[in-house]
Amino acid sequence: MDTRHKILILDDDADWLALCRDQFAALPSHPEIFTAGNAKRALALLETEKIRLLISDLKMPRIDGLQMLAIVRRRFPATRTVVLSGLEDEDYRSRAYALGVDLFWLKTEMQRNAKLFSECVESLLGQSDRDGDTGFRGLQSKSLMDIIQMECLSRTSTVLRVTRGPLVARLWIQDGELIDAECEGARGEAAFYRLLAWKTGAFENLPAESGRERTIQKPVNALLLESAQTLDESAHPGTEPDSVESSLHRQTMWKLAQLTREGAEFVVGVPLAGGEAEALGAQNVAALAQWTRRAAEITRRLGERLEAGPLSHVAGQSMERQTVMLVRGDRAFLVGWPAESSENLAEKSRKLVASWES
Amino acid sequence: MGILTKIFGSHASVQQLPAGTVTVDQQGRIVTSTVSSSFPESLLQAIGGDVLALFREARAGQMPLSQVSLHFGSLRITARELRGGAIIFMFPQTALSQPPTPARS
Repeated sequence: MDTRHKILILDDDADWLALCRDQFAALPSHPEIFTAGNAKRALALLETEKIRLLISDLKMPRIDGLQMLAIVRRRFPATRTVVLSGLEDEDYRSRAYALGVDLFWLKTEMQRNAKLFSECVESLLGQSDRDGDTGFRGLQSKSLMDIIQMECLSRTSTVLRVTRGPLVARLWIQDGELIDAECEGARGEAAFYRLLAWKTGAFENLPAESGRERTIQKPVNALLLESAQTLDESAHPGTEPDSVESSLHRQTMWKLAQLTREGAEFVVGVPLAGGEAEALGAQNVAALAQWTRRAAEITRRLGERLEAGPLSHVAGQSMERQTVMLVRGDRAFLVGWPAESSENLAEKSRKLVASWES
Repeated sequence: MGILTKIFGSHASVQQLPAGTVTVDQQGRIVTSTVSSSFPESLLQAIGGDVLALFREARAGQMPLSQVSLHFGSLRITARELRGGAIIFMFPQTALSQPPTPARS
């Protein structure tokens, strides 16, 4: 029985398919390579073969790569997905990662760094699926504190870029010492503390920046200890009424500051399963919460029926204001903006909600 | 036979996304449509009904909306309220589409 992994390459360029076939066939694990020139053919192969990894282009006629990836994510959740695109646009990268792809790579980069790309593909092939029995996957069980400690202990110089949805933070590490941090508009120690409050996210190592100005003087272990104490106190505020009240007050003030800084009028957050809404700046909270919950339900159902991929957001417009409704996990949020706002409100709402939740 | 099945005998069905414009009346009936006739009418009616429900419930919640845009991963639906009915624009979002931006009236 052939136990080789199977890779499916989807691209409408026949020459490119031939090139990829040769390259991936030469991988150390000698995977079996399938190719498809369109999404329909690719779906047929996914149904008949146990494809381990799908490598897909984005720009294709009829059904494009993003739509294809949305379908594959839903129908074949065990299949790893890689986007290999010629489109050098950060927006497509974000949209692809939002659809849950494992890796986004530019075709030009693949040609320049063929060896590195092959290693990435080989690594994805080696990762075990749910019923598999080999290999380890990622660093999901490690907290951000663990990752920072590992980076510092290894005495390396790097820039750690941490993302949490639309929020981006950076840590500058020089010869194992933390020298600077940026997060949610803050810099230095304040940014570092803010970042450590994030509970989930993704990180990547960027090349070191040797000329970076130092804003953090304390040793990283001291910062981590202080941060752990602060987090512990906010998670268990104690039984004294003053302590509880003070903790809630701090959280409310932080949220209000975020609301004001971004220029939003109100935010309403509702648990989708029912329960009390949380709101700041809104007057008619119950009615807004009810509409938010219903809109989330209607759009979820419609998206599933149309196979249109995950909901990004719902934008509403009236004479008085603009609104953005978005769903994060088990909660839906409605953000109100002044009618004259013209910037990218969806992105701003996403950042506001992500920051609100942390 | 296996090879022929692989090449021709696919059971995979991919639903095309709707592209075009639809107008619906207050009861959610389709009045005009430029969407391909191969797209199921029941789905078009579902879109119309859901859009009207969004407008109706916004009015009930004292937040009357004149326009609503639903941004899915691969489809954008923009609807304007028309005296109880709506005109609905549907744009499949391909990799070459412009990133979704809020429409301005």
